Amino acid sequence: MTAIRTRALRKVYPAPAAGRANGGAAGAHHGGTGAVAGERGIVALHGLDLEVREGEFFGLLGPNGAGKSTTIGILTTRVRATSGEATVGGADVGRDPVSVRQRIGVVPQRPNPDGSLDVLENLIFHAAYFGIAKAAAAARARQLLDELGIGAKARQRVGELSGGQQQRLMIARALVHEPDVLFLDEPTVGLDPQARLALWDILRELHAQGRTIVMTTHYMEEADRLCERLAIVDGGRLLAVDTPEGLKASAPGGTLIELTLDDDATAAAERARTIAGLTRADAAGDVLRAYSEREGAVIPALIEAVGASGRQVRNISLASPSLETLFISLTGRKLD
Amino acid sequence: MTTIAEPRAATAAGARAPVAASTVFLALIRRDVRVAQRELPFFLIRTVMQPLLFIVVFGYLLPKMGFLRQSYTTSLLPGVLAVSLTLSAVQSVALPLVQDFGWTREIEDRLLAPISVDLIAAEKIVVGVLQGVVAALVVFPIARLIMGPIDGLSFANLGGLLAVTVLGAATFSALGLLMGTSISPQQIGLMFSIIVAPMIFFGCAYYPWRGLAVIPWLQYLVLLNPLVYVAEGMRGALTPEVHPMPLPATLGALLVLLSVFSALGMRSFRRRAIG
Repeated sequence: MTAIRTRALRKVYPAPAAGRANGGAAGAHHGGTGAVAGERGIVALHGLDLEVREGEFFGLLGPNGAGKSTTIGILTTRVRATSGEATVGGADVGRDPVSVRQRIGVVPQRPNPDGSLDVLENLIFHAAYFGIAKAAAAARARQLLDELGIGAKARQRVGELSGGQQQRLMIARALVHEPDVLFLDEPTVGLDPQARLALWDILRELHAQGRTIVMTTHYMEEADRLCERLAIVDGGRLLAVDTPEGLKASAPGGTLIELTLDDDATAAAERARTIAGLTRADAAGDVLRAYSEREGAVIPALIEAVGASGRQVRNISLASPSLETLFISLTGRKLD
Repeated sequence: MTTIAEPRAATAAGARAPVAASTVFLALIRRDVRVAQRELPFFLIRTVMQPLLFIVVFGYLLPKMGFLRQSYTTSLLPGVLAVSLTLSAVQSVALPLVQDFGWTREIEDRLLAPISVDLIAAEKIVVGVLQGVVAALVVFPIARLIMGPIDGLSFANLGGLLAVTVLGAATFSALGLLMGTSISPQQIGLMFSIIVAPMIFFGCAYYPWRGLAVIPWLQYLVLLNPLVYVAEGMRGALTPEVHPMPLPATLGALLVLLSVFSALGMRSFRRRAIG
């Protein structure tokens, strides 16, 4: 069963207002391959096709400005698509947003609790918006707050909570009406490592209960550990979608050796391509990226090639095949 | 290790009945009433202070000093009620919206409620009406107490009074919806100085519209001001002998303004709500 489907989903923000539009197009000033500013606005999504199965833990991985938040915004009915289609649980987000909202819970990128209410009221009223009676809502809210480790804060105003505690409140709010599909937009940004691990446990548990979870992140490790399938998006386009294992297997063979030169690396990359044991060598500005099947053994030859092209090596780094190296090979740049 | 509550067995995926829009709407109202209850003292100070000071100076001090005739209070009382009603309605909608749509978008939990966005906006207008009526109900006895007996005050036209009260509050709530969704937080103070303050003083609240006949161009210019119809409507309902505008005319004008402000306010709300 398909929980979420998008077809040729496209979003163009009007040029001046784009920065305010829930962070979705915030990467407009993020370099050439990010959201592109054109005459008629900022294109945040270029015809995105996605399919998420029921009960799946699905990740949207990409840098800031990739279109992740815009995608979540459209699927949660808070952003109107410019064209294309999107359905959640069979309901069209544009034509039947009320049915979609009935089925979903949303954890926003920045905690946005109702500041006029206390912690418990935030949950009770949110449940009431979904037709849950006060007594049942209060019981479930208390239980969620306890489980999320903020039970003692139930009667405090939300302003008195720390960022991490507010984030937990957002998770409780997204769950209090028992949605079928849970959306989380960069849920661990701003959390300390301990809180991040705690949240991972919570998400694994929710997934084990059979909920569909869609999460955006720009942390490779998080995507790798939690998600069953991952979509890599950049510049509003879907670059690859597969299981983390499948994606890693499709990363260009071997270790990524990255050499930072004192100037443009194009000539050095050309020379490097003749080195035996290298599967690929690309230049990106003054960075030379080479993929080696013999790990670090080709480093002397690479340095020699750089020297022969009239450049000097300033820095060298190595990375084993991972989502990170795959991302770099797909986009020509690092994730953050 | 945390364990998250299992979903209730009865609510298996997709098996839930849709929530009625009326249920959601009432829950939204309960939320706003809860918040208003908590902020009641501040709400009263904010909305009652200005009319109260006016009552003391113009309804008590000046008549007592002999600068104003006692009969002035007959025109003043309905005007003061109109100001309390409309000022609290416009503020109670506009001010929270500025915060709701501010940096963190606190309104998001309501925008995620399973109800149409237009009804979320309409709920704001309903709550604005409630707060306007509460303000008028609080101000009336205080005004009567300070001003003393008021010539020609009559509650005979209760239906007319109710109509002016509800329509007037709704018109200004809709105006608050438009202002709260189209004005940036930095400009909200400016809005009250530039729009609301002149509206109050040129709204025929503290003098009858008929009296403006001494400056004909101004008498016609103030017809652009929605407060004029609430103030004159209040006079039409409470003190008809001061010869205010005909009550049906004020009600008609308020209906037109309410439609215009609602349409514009909802459009503006929709634009802010959905990116």
